[in-house]
Amino acid sequence: MARSRDLRPGYSRRAQYGIFTGYVIFAVGVVVGLVALGLSFFDPGAFGFLRGAASEVAAPVGEASSAARRSGGGIIAAITVFFETGRQNLELSREVAGARANAVTARATADENRRLKALLHIVDPAEPPIAAARLIGSTAASARRYAVIDVGSARGVRAGQPVRGAAGLIGRVVETSPDTARVLLVSDAANVVPVRRAGDGLPGFVQGSANGRIDIRLLTMGNNPLHAGDVFVTSGSGGIYPPGVPVAVVAAPRRDGAEGRLAADPGATDYVIVLPVFKADAVAAMAASVKAAGPPPKDDN
Amino acid sequence: MAIPPRLARTSLATGSDATPRRPINRAPLPWLAAGLPWASIMVMSMVTFSPVIASAPVMPPLAFMTLLGWRMLRPSLLPIWAGLPLGAWDDLYSGQPFGSAIVLWSAAMLAMDVIDERFLWRGFHQDWLAATVLLSGYLLLASAIAGLAAHYLLPLTIGPQWLMTIIVFPVVNRLVALLDRVRLLPLMRL
Repeated sequence: MARSRDLRPGYSRRAQYGIFTGYVIFAVGVVVGLVALGLSFFDPGAFGFLRGAASEVAAPVGEASSAARRSGGGIIAAITVFFETGRQNLELSREVAGARANAVTARATADENRRLKALLHIVDPAEPPIAAARLIGSTAASARRYAVIDVGSARGVRAGQPVRGAAGLIGRVVETSPDTARVLLVSDAANVVPVRRAGDGLPGFVQGSANGRIDIRLLTMGNNPLHAGDVFVTSGSGGIYPPGVPVAVVAAPRRDGAEGRLAADPGATDYVIVLPVFKADAVAAMAASVKAAGPPPKDDN
Repeated sequence: MAIPPRLARTSLATGSDATPRRPINRAPLPWLAAGLPWASIMVMSMVTFSPVIASAPVMPPLAFMTLLGWRMLRPSLLPIWAGLPLGAWDDLYSGQPFGSAIVLWSAAMLAMDVIDERFLWRGFHQDWLAATVLLSGYLLLASAIAGLAAHYLLPLTIGPQWLMTIIVFPVVNRLVALLDRVRLLPLMRL
Protein backbone atom coordinates (compact mmCIF):
# COMPACT_ATOMS: atom_id res chain seq x y z
CA MET A 1 0.00 0.00 0.00
CA ALA A 2 1.11 3.55 -0.55
CA ARG A 3 2.30 5.51 2.40
CA SER A 4 0.37 8.59 3.35
CA ARG A 5 2.48 11.66 2.75
CA ASP A 6 2.58 12.73 6.36
CA LEU A 7 6.08 14.13 5.94
CA ARG A 8 4.49 17.21 4.30
CA PRO A 9 1.85 18.18 6.81
CA GLY A 10 0.68 21.32 5.02
CA TYR A 11 0.69 24.67 6.80
CA SER A 12 0.75 23.43 10.37
CA ARG A 13 3.90 24.95 11.82
CA ARG A 14 3.71 22.68 14.83
CA ALA A 15 3.70 19.54 12.71
CA GLN A 16 6.53 20.87 10.52
CA TYR A 17 8.67 21.60 13.57
CA GLY A 18 7.81 18.16 14.96
CA ILE A 19 9.16 16.44 11.87
CA PHE A 20 12.25 18.65 11.79
CA THR A 21 12.94 17.94 15.48
CA GLY A 22 12.64 14.23 14.73
CA TYR A 23 15.43 14.44 12.20
CA VAL A 24 17.57 16.53 14.56
CA ILE A 25 17.19 13.91 17.31
CA PHE A 26 17.98 11.25 14.72
CA ALA A 27 21.25 12.99 13.76
CA VAL A 28 22.16 13.40 17.42
CA GLY A 29 21.41 9.72 17.92
CA VAL A 30 23.75 8.67 15.12
CA VAL A 31 26.53 10.85 16.54
CA VAL A 32 25.96 9.46 20.04
CA GLY A 33 26.07 5.94 18.63
CA LEU A 34 29.31 6.55 16.74
CA VAL A 35 30.95 8.11 19.80
CA ALA A 36 29.81 5.20 21.97
CA LEU A 37 31.09 2.75 19.39
CA GLY A 38 34.47 4.48 19.28
CA LEU A 39 34.64 4.50 23.08
CA SER A 40 33.86 0.81 23.31
CA PHE A 41 36.59 0.02 20.76
CA PHE A 42 39.22 1.76 22.84
CA ASP A 43 37.88 0.71 26.21
CA PRO A 44 35.67 -2.39 25.97
CA GLY A 45 34.68 -2.07 29.63
CA ALA A 46 33.47 1.51 29.27
CA PHE A 47 29.79 0.60 29.36
CA GLY A 48 30.19 -2.37 31.67
CA PHE A 49 28.20 -0.75 34.45
CA LEU A 50 25.21 -0.27 32.13
CA ARG A 51 25.42 -3.84 30.90
CA GLY A 52 25.70 -5.03 34.49
CA ALA A 53 22.58 -3.14 35.50
CA ALA A 54 20.74 -4.51 32.47
CA SER A 55 21.59 -8.11 33.23
CA GLU A 56 20.58 -7.58 36.86
CA VAL A 57 17.15 -6.60 35.56
CA ALA A 58 16.88 -9.67 33.34
CA ALA A 59 18.47 -12.18 35.71
CA PRO A 60 15.15 -13.58 37.08
CA VAL A 61 14.03 -14.31 33.49
CA GLY A 62 17.29 -16.07 32.82
CA GLU A 63 17.02 -18.15 35.97
CA ALA A 64 13.49 -19.24 35.08
CA SER A 65 14.53 -20.21 31.58
CA SER A 66 17.60 -21.99 32.91
CA ALA A 67 15.29 -24.11 35.06
CA ALA A 68 13.15 -24.73 31.96
CA ARG A 69 16.21 -25.87 30.03
CA ARG A 70 17.02 -28.38 32.73
CA SER A 71 13.50 -29.69 33.23
CA GLY A 72 12.87 -29.89 29.46
CA GLY A 73 15.46 -32.63 29.25
CA GLY A 74 14.15 -34.17 32.46
CA ILE A 75 10.54 -34.79 31.45
CA ILE A 76 11.25 -37.68 29.07
CA ALA A 77 13.74 -39.14 31.51
CA ALA A 78 11.11 -38.94 34.27
CA ILE A 79 8.57 -40.84 32.15
CA THR A 80 11.01 -43.63 31.24
CA VAL A 81 12.09 -43.91 34.84
CA PHE A 82 8.48 -44.43 35.88
CA PHE A 83 8.35 -47.69 33.94
CA GLU A 84 11.71 -48.93 35.15
CA THR A 85 11.43 -48.13 38.83
CA GLY A 86 11.35 -51.68 40.16
CA ARG A 87 14.36 -52.93 38.29
CA GLN A 88 16.22 -49.73 38.98
CA ASN A 89 15.48 -49.99 42.69
CA LEU A 90 17.08 -53.44 42.81
CA GLU A 91 20.11 -52.28 40.86
CA LEU A 92 20.55 -49.21 43.02
CA SER A 93 20.36 -51.06 46.30
CA ARG A 94 22.99 -53.47 45.03
CA GLU A 95 25.12 -50.52 43.97
CA VAL A 96 24.74 -48.78 47.31
CA ALA A 97 25.93 -51.88 49.11
CA GLY A 98 29.00 -51.98 46.86
CA ALA A 99 29.61 -48.26 47.19
CA ARG A 100 29.44 -48.42 50.97
CA ALA A 101 32.30 -50.88 50.99
CA ASN A 102 34.24 -48.71 48.56
CA ALA A 103 33.61 -45.61 50.65
CA VAL A 104 35.21 -47.22 53.68
CA THR A 105 38.24 -48.12 51.61
CA ALA A 106 38.39 -44.61 50.14
CA ARG A 107 38.21 -43.05 53.59
CA ALA A 108 41.08 -45.17 54.72
CA THR A 109 43.07 -44.20 51.62
CA ALA A 110 42.33 -40.51 52.11
CA ASP A 111 43.40 -40.79 55.72
CA GLU A 112 46.62 -42.44 54.70
CA ASN A 113 47.14 -39.82 52.02
CA ARG A 114 46.73 -37.04 54.54
CA ARG A 115 49.25 -38.59 56.87
CA LEU A 116 51.75 -39.11 54.07
CA LYS A 117 51.29 -35.53 52.85
CA ALA A 118 51.83 -34.19 56.33
CA LEU A 119 54.95 -36.30 56.45
CA LEU A 120 56.26 -34.83 53.20
CA HIS A 121 55.11 -31.25 54.01
CA ILE A 122 53.21 -30.98 50.72
CA VAL A 123 50.79 -28.11 50.73
CA ASP A 124 47.55 -28.90 48.96
CA PRO A 125 47.48 -26.40 46.07
CA ALA A 126 43.79 -26.81 45.42
CA GLU A 127 41.88 -23.75 46.57
CA PRO A 128 38.17 -23.75 47.24
CA PRO A 129 36.08 -22.29 44.42
CA ILE A 130 34.69 -18.80 44.86
CA ALA A 131 31.09 -19.49 43.92
CA ALA A 132 28.83 -21.91 42.12
CA ALA A 133 26.53 -20.35 39.55
CA ARG A 134 23.99 -21.01 36.88
CA LEU A 135 24.45 -20.01 33.24
CA ILE A 136 21.46 -17.74 32.62
CA GLY A 137 22.07 -16.24 29.20
CA SER A 138 24.29 -15.99 26.17
CA THR A 139 24.71 -13.75 23.14
CA ALA A 140 23.12 -15.99 20.55
CA ALA A 141 22.62 -13.36 17.85
CA SER A 142 26.03 -11.69 17.99
CA ALA A 143 29.37 -12.85 16.64
CA ARG A 144 30.94 -12.31 20.08
CA ARG A 145 30.55 -15.14 22.57
CA TYR A 146 29.54 -14.03 26.05
CA ALA A 147 27.48 -15.80 28.67
CA VAL A 148 25.90 -14.42 31.82
CA ILE A 149 26.02 -16.19 35.19
CA ASP A 150 23.88 -15.42 38.21
CA VAL A 151 26.51 -14.61 40.80
CA GLY A 152 28.47 -11.38 40.91
CA SER A 153 30.73 -9.16 42.91
CA ALA A 154 28.51 -9.56 45.99
CA ARG A 155 29.80 -13.15 46.22
CA GLY A 156 33.42 -12.23 45.52
CA VAL A 157 33.46 -12.75 41.77
CA ARG A 158 36.00 -10.47 40.07
CA ALA A 159 36.99 -9.88 36.46
CA GLY A 160 39.67 -12.31 35.30
CA GLN A 161 38.56 -15.32 37.31
CA PRO A 162 38.24 -18.58 35.37
CA VAL A 163 34.88 -20.36 35.10
CA ARG A 164 34.56 -24.10 34.64
CA GLY A 165 31.76 -26.60 34.29
CA ALA A 166 31.76 -30.26 35.22
CA ALA A 167 33.18 -31.31 31.84
CA GLY A 168 35.79 -28.59 31.41
CA LEU A 169 36.67 -24.94 31.02
CA ILE A 170 33.86 -22.50 30.11
CA GLY A 171 35.70 -19.17 30.03
CA ARG A 172 36.68 -16.31 32.26
CA VAL A 173 34.81 -13.46 33.91
CA VAL A 174 35.16 -10.10 32.15
CA GLU A 175 32.58 -7.89 33.84
CA THR A 176 30.73 -8.09 37.12
CA SER A 177 27.72 -6.45 38.67
CA PRO A 178 26.48 -7.15 42.22
CA ASP A 179 24.45 -10.23 41.25
CA THR A 180 25.50 -11.16 37.73
CA ALA A 181 28.73 -11.55 35.83
CA ARG A 182 29.58 -11.66 32.15
CA VAL A 183 31.77 -14.56 31.03
CA LEU A 184 33.95 -14.50 27.91
CA LEU A 185 33.52 -18.04 26.56
CA VAL A 186 36.45 -20.12 25.33
CA SER A 187 34.87 -20.05 21.87
CA ASP A 188 35.21 -16.25 21.59
CA ALA A 189 37.96 -15.13 19.24
CA ALA A 190 39.42 -12.78 21.85
CA ASN A 191 39.94 -15.57 24.39
CA VAL A 192 43.31 -17.32 24.11
CA VAL A 193 43.91 -20.23 26.50
CA PRO A 194 47.36 -21.80 26.98
CA VAL A 195 46.99 -25.60 26.86
CA ARG A 196 48.97 -28.82 26.74
CA ARG A 197 48.09 -32.25 25.43
CA ALA A 198 46.84 -34.43 28.25
CA GLY A 199 49.05 -37.40 27.36
CA ASP A 200 52.49 -35.90 26.83
CA GLY A 201 52.31 -32.21 27.67
CA LEU A 202 52.71 -30.98 24.07
CA PRO A 203 52.25 -27.20 24.49
CA GLY A 204 49.94 -25.02 22.44
CA PHE A 205 47.08 -22.61 22.75
CA VAL A 206 43.40 -22.59 21.99
CA GLN A 207 41.59 -19.70 20.34
CA GLY A 208 37.89 -19.42 19.56
CA SER A 209 36.69 -18.94 16.01
CA ALA A 210 33.17 -17.69 16.79
CA ASN A 211 31.41 -20.52 14.96
CA GLY A 212 31.31 -22.90 17.92
CA ARG A 213 34.52 -24.62 16.89
CA ILE A 214 37.91 -23.61 18.23
CA ASP A 215 41.40 -23.47 16.76
CA ILE A 216 44.19 -25.42 18.44
CA ARG A 217 47.63 -24.05 17.55
CA LEU A 218 50.90 -25.63 18.59
CA LEU A 219 53.95 -23.78 19.83
CA THR A 220 56.27 -26.27 18.13
CA MET A 221 56.91 -26.12 14.40
CA GLY A 222 57.40 -29.09 12.14
CA ASN A 223 55.09 -31.89 11.17
CA ASN A 224 51.77 -31.97 12.91
CA PRO A 225 51.60 -34.63 15.63
CA LEU A 226 47.89 -34.19 16.37
CA HIS A 227 45.24 -36.88 15.93
CA ALA A 228 41.49 -36.70 16.17
CA GLY A 229 40.45 -37.35 19.75
CA ASP A 230 43.50 -35.83 21.46
CA VAL A 231 42.45 -34.05 24.64
CA PHE A 232 43.95 -30.70 25.58
CA VAL A 233 43.94 -29.39 29.15
CA THR A 234 44.96 -26.00 30.53
CA SER A 235 48.68 -25.75 31.18
CA GLY A 236 48.58 -23.12 33.88
CA SER A 237 50.98 -20.80 32.05
CA GLY A 238 49.75 -17.24 31.93
CA GLY A 239 48.65 -17.61 35.52
CA ILE A 240 44.92 -17.23 34.98
CA TYR A 241 43.61 -20.74 34.44
CA PRO A 242 44.53 -23.49 36.90
CA PRO A 243 46.34 -26.39 35.20
CA GLY A 244 44.63 -29.63 34.28
CA VAL A 245 41.15 -28.40 33.31
CA PRO A 246 39.98 -30.02 30.04
CA VAL A 247 39.50 -27.43 27.29
CA ALA A 248 39.28 -29.01 23.86
CA VAL A 249 39.21 -32.25 21.93
CA VAL A 250 40.82 -32.42 18.48
CA ALA A 251 38.14 -32.88 15.81
CA ALA A 252 40.08 -32.51 12.57
CA PRO A 253 43.88 -32.08 12.35
CA ARG A 254 45.03 -29.46 9.86
CA ARG A 255 48.39 -28.54 8.37
CA ASP A 256 49.17 -26.31 11.33
CA GLY A 257 47.38 -27.26 14.49
CA ALA A 258 43.83 -28.55 14.43
CA GLU A 259 40.19 -27.71 14.60
CA GLY A 260 38.75 -28.69 17.97
CA ARG A 261 35.52 -29.22 19.81
CA LEU A 262 34.90 -27.70 23.22
CA ALA A 263 35.30 -30.13 26.09
CA ALA A 264 32.45 -28.41 27.92
CA ASP A 265 29.66 -27.21 25.65
CA PRO A 266 28.08 -24.20 27.39
CA GLY A 267 24.70 -25.23 25.96
CA ALA A 268 24.82 -28.56 27.81
CA THR A 269 26.06 -27.05 31.07
CA ASP A 270 23.71 -26.00 33.85
CA TYR A 271 25.95 -25.20 36.76
CA VAL A 272 29.43 -23.76 36.65
CA ILE A 273 31.91 -22.83 39.34
CA VAL A 274 33.99 -19.69 39.48
CA LEU A 275 37.59 -20.43 40.47
CA PRO A 276 40.13 -18.04 41.92
CA VAL A 277 42.80 -16.75 39.56
CA PHE A 278 45.52 -19.43 39.56
CA LYS A 279 48.50 -17.17 40.29
CA ALA A 280 46.88 -13.84 41.07
CA ASP A 281 50.12 -12.22 42.32
CA ALA A 282 51.97 -13.16 39.15
CA VAL A 283 49.18 -11.89 36.89
CA ALA A 284 49.03 -8.59 38.80
CA ALA A 285 52.82 -8.22 38.67
CA MET A 286 52.83 -8.92 34.94
CA ALA A 287 50.07 -6.39 34.28
CA ALA A 288 51.95 -3.81 36.36
CA SER A 289 55.19 -4.40 34.49
CA VAL A 290 53.43 -4.16 31.13
CA LYS A 291 51.92 -0.86 32.25
CA ALA A 292 55.29 0.40 33.51
CA ALA A 293 57.02 -0.49 30.26
CA GLY A 294 54.63 1.66 28.27
CA PRO A 295 53.45 1.03 24.72
CA PRO A 296 55.56 -1.29 22.56
CA PRO A 297 58.14 0.40 20.29
CA LYS A 298 57.13 0.83 16.67
CA ASP A 299 58.70 -1.44 14.06
CA ASP A 300 61.36 0.32 12.05
CA ASN A 301 61.53 -2.10 9.16
CA MET B 1 -2.65 15.89 24.98
CA ALA B 2 1.08 15.41 24.71
CA ILE B 3 0.85 13.12 21.70
CA PRO B 4 2.13 15.01 18.65
CA PRO B 5 -0.35 15.17 15.77
CA ARG B 6 1.85 13.03 13.49
CA LEU B 7 1.74 10.16 15.96
CA ALA B 8 -1.88 10.64 16.84
CA ARG B 9 -3.06 10.13 13.30
CA THR B 10 -1.79 6.57 13.01
CA SER B 11 -1.57 5.38 16.59
CA LEU B 12 -5.36 5.33 16.92
CA ALA B 13 -6.80 3.66 13.88
CA THR B 14 -9.75 5.25 12.16
CA GLY B 15 -11.95 4.32 9.25
CA SER B 16 -11.18 1.03 7.55
CA ASP B 17 -8.20 0.42 9.85
CA ALA B 18 -10.33 0.08 12.92
CA THR B 19 -11.78 -3.18 14.13
CA PRO B 20 -14.99 -3.68 12.17
CA ARG B 21 -17.43 -4.37 14.98
CA ARG B 22 -16.26 -1.77 17.42
CA PRO B 23 -18.82 -0.43 19.85
CA ILE B 24 -19.05 3.31 19.50
CA ASN B 25 -18.34 3.97 23.17
CA ARG B 26 -15.06 2.01 23.17
CA ALA B 27 -11.56 3.03 22.07
CA PRO B 28 -8.08 1.48 22.26
CA LEU B 29 -6.08 2.18 25.40
CA PRO B 30 -3.74 5.07 24.53
CA TRP B 31 -0.73 3.74 26.47
CA LEU B 32 -1.13 0.28 24.93
CA ALA B 33 -1.57 1.68 21.43
CA ALA B 34 1.54 3.84 21.74
CA GLY B 35 3.69 1.62 23.95
CA LEU B 36 3.26 -1.91 22.63
CA PRO B 37 5.63 -1.47 19.64
CA TRP B 38 8.39 -0.19 21.92
CA ALA B 39 7.75 -2.86 24.53
CA SER B 40 7.69 -5.68 21.99
CA ILE B 41 11.03 -4.64 20.48
CA MET B 42 12.61 -4.32 23.93
CA VAL B 43 11.37 -7.75 24.97
CA MET B 44 12.79 -9.22 21.76
CA SER B 45 16.18 -7.74 22.71
CA MET B 46 16.07 -9.80 25.88
CA VAL B 47 15.70 -13.11 24.07
CA THR B 48 19.38 -13.73 24.92
CA PHE B 49 18.05 -14.84 28.29
CA SER B 50 16.22 -17.72 26.63
CA PRO B 51 17.04 -21.34 27.51
CA VAL B 52 19.44 -21.65 24.58
CA ILE B 53 23.10 -21.12 25.43
CA ALA B 54 24.58 -20.84 21.97
CA SER B 55 28.15 -21.60 20.98
CA ALA B 56 27.79 -19.86 17.61
CA PRO B 57 25.69 -16.98 16.27
CA VAL B 58 22.55 -18.89 15.33
CA MET B 59 19.67 -16.77 16.54
CA PRO B 60 18.24 -14.25 14.06
CA PRO B 61 18.38 -10.63 15.29
CA LEU B 62 14.76 -10.77 16.45
CA ALA B 63 14.63 -7.28 17.95
CA PHE B 64 15.85 -5.66 14.74
CA MET B 65 13.39 -7.75 12.71
CA THR B 66 10.54 -6.64 14.97
CA LEU B 67 11.61 -3.03 14.49
CA LEU B 68 11.52 -3.49 10.71
CA GLY B 69 8.16 -5.23 10.99
CA TRP B 70 6.60 -2.31 12.87
CA ARG B 71 8.23 0.18 10.54
CA MET B 72 6.75 -1.57 7.51
CA LEU B 73 3.30 -2.13 8.99
CA ARG B 74 2.84 1.35 10.49
CA PRO B 75 5.34 3.65 8.78
CA SER B 76 4.89 6.67 11.04
CA LEU B 77 4.27 4.93 14.35
CA LEU B 78 7.93 4.79 15.34
CA PRO B 79 9.71 8.14 15.07
CA ILE B 80 12.84 8.23 12.95
CA TRP B 81 15.02 8.56 16.07
CA ALA B 82 13.67 5.29 17.52
CA GLY B 83 17.02 3.66 16.74
CA LEU B 84 18.71 5.68 19.50
CA PRO B 85 16.82 4.41 22.58
CA LEU B 86 15.92 0.98 21.21
CA GLY B 87 19.40 0.36 19.83
CA ALA B 88 20.97 1.36 23.13
CA TRP B 89 18.70 -1.10 24.93
CA ASP B 90 19.61 -3.87 22.48
CA ASP B 91 23.33 -3.15 22.90
CA LEU B 92 23.02 -3.83 26.60
CA TYR B 93 21.97 -7.41 25.92
CA SER B 94 23.37 -8.39 22.53
CA GLY B 95 27.08 -8.63 23.44
CA GLN B 96 28.00 -6.36 20.54
CA PRO B 97 30.22 -3.38 21.40
CA PHE B 98 28.01 -0.63 22.85
CA GLY B 99 26.84 1.72 20.12
CA SER B 100 26.73 -0.70 17.22
CA ALA B 101 22.97 -1.19 17.30
CA ILE B 102 22.38 2.55 17.87
CA VAL B 103 24.21 3.35 14.64
CA LEU B 104 22.92 0.42 12.58
CA TRP B 105 19.28 0.73 13.68
CA SER B 106 19.30 4.50 13.05
CA ALA B 107 20.78 3.85 9.62
CA ALA B 108 18.06 1.30 8.96
CA MET B 109 15.34 3.79 9.93
CA LEU B 110 16.82 6.29 7.49
CA ALA B 111 17.09 3.62 4.80
CA MET B 112 13.43 2.75 5.33
CA ASP B 113 12.60 6.44 4.83
CA VAL B 114 14.44 6.36 1.50
CA ILE B 115 12.74 3.10 0.51
CA ASP B 116 9.35 4.65 1.32
CA GLU B 117 10.26 7.62 -0.81
CA ARG B 118 11.43 5.60 -3.82
CA PHE B 119 9.02 2.67 -3.82
CA LEU B 120 5.63 4.00 -2.93
CA TRP B 121 3.62 0.95 -3.84
CA ARG B 122 4.92 -2.14 -2.15
CA GLY B 123 3.40 -5.55 -1.62
CA PHE B 124 4.47 -8.49 0.53
CA HIS B 125 7.25 -9.56 -1.82
CA GLN B 126 8.75 -6.11 -2.18
CA ASP B 127 8.66 -5.66 1.59
CA TRP B 128 10.40 -9.00 2.04
CA LEU B 129 13.03 -8.02 -0.53
CA ALA B 130 13.65 -4.69 1.20
CA ALA B 131 13.90 -6.48 4.54
CA THR B 132 16.33 -9.01 3.02
CA VAL B 133 18.61 -6.23 1.84
CA LEU B 134 18.47 -4.40 5.17
CA LEU B 135 18.91 -7.56 7.27
CA SER B 136 21.84 -8.79 5.17
CA GLY B 137 23.57 -5.45 5.55
CA TYR B 138 22.82 -5.45 9.26
CA LEU B 139 24.22 -8.94 9.85
CA LEU B 140 27.35 -8.25 7.79
CA LEU B 141 28.10 -4.92 9.47
CA ALA B 142 27.29 -6.22 12.94
CA SER B 143 29.69 -9.14 12.57
CA ALA B 144 32.32 -6.80 11.10
CA ILE B 145 31.99 -4.51 14.13
CA ALA B 146 32.20 -7.49 16.49
CA GLY B 147 35.33 -8.63 14.64
CA LEU B 148 36.91 -5.19 14.96
CA ALA B 149 36.18 -5.17 18.68
CA ALA B 150 37.76 -8.61 19.10
CA HIS B 151 40.91 -7.43 17.26
CA TYR B 152 40.74 -10.61 15.26
CA LEU B 153 39.36 -11.25 11.81
CA LEU B 154 36.28 -13.36 12.45
CA PRO B 155 35.55 -15.87 9.72
CA LEU B 156 32.19 -15.35 8.11
CA THR B 157 30.03 -17.53 10.29
CA ILE B 158 26.77 -15.77 9.62
CA GLY B 159 25.67 -18.04 6.73
CA PRO B 160 23.18 -20.20 8.63
CA GLN B 161 22.06 -17.22 10.70
CA TRP B 162 21.49 -15.19 7.53
CA LEU B 163 19.38 -17.91 5.93
CA MET B 164 17.38 -18.35 9.12
CA THR B 165 16.84 -14.60 9.38
CA ILE B 166 15.50 -14.26 5.84
CA ILE B 167 13.16 -17.23 6.22
CA VAL B 168 11.86 -16.18 9.62
CA PHE B 169 11.17 -12.55 8.68
CA PRO B 170 7.60 -13.12 7.38
CA VAL B 171 6.81 -14.98 10.59
CA VAL B 172 8.01 -12.00 12.62
CA ASN B 173 5.92 -9.82 10.34
CA ARG B 174 2.82 -11.87 11.14
CA LEU B 175 3.64 -11.67 14.82
CA VAL B 176 3.85 -7.89 14.55
CA ALA B 177 0.50 -7.83 12.74
CA LEU B 178 -0.99 -9.90 15.58
CA LEU B 179 0.44 -7.48 18.13
CA ASP B 180 -1.02 -4.64 16.12
CA ARG B 181 -4.49 -6.13 16.54
CA VAL B 182 -3.88 -6.49 20.28
CA ARG B 183 -2.67 -2.90 20.35
CA LEU B 184 -5.93 -1.64 18.85
CA LEU B 185 -8.32 -3.74 20.95
CA PRO B 186 -11.12 -1.41 22.10
CA LEU B 187 -10.61 -1.81 25.83
CA MET B 188 -11.24 1.72 27.07
CA ARG B 189 -14.76 2.91 27.79
CA LEU B 190 -15.23 6.42 26.54
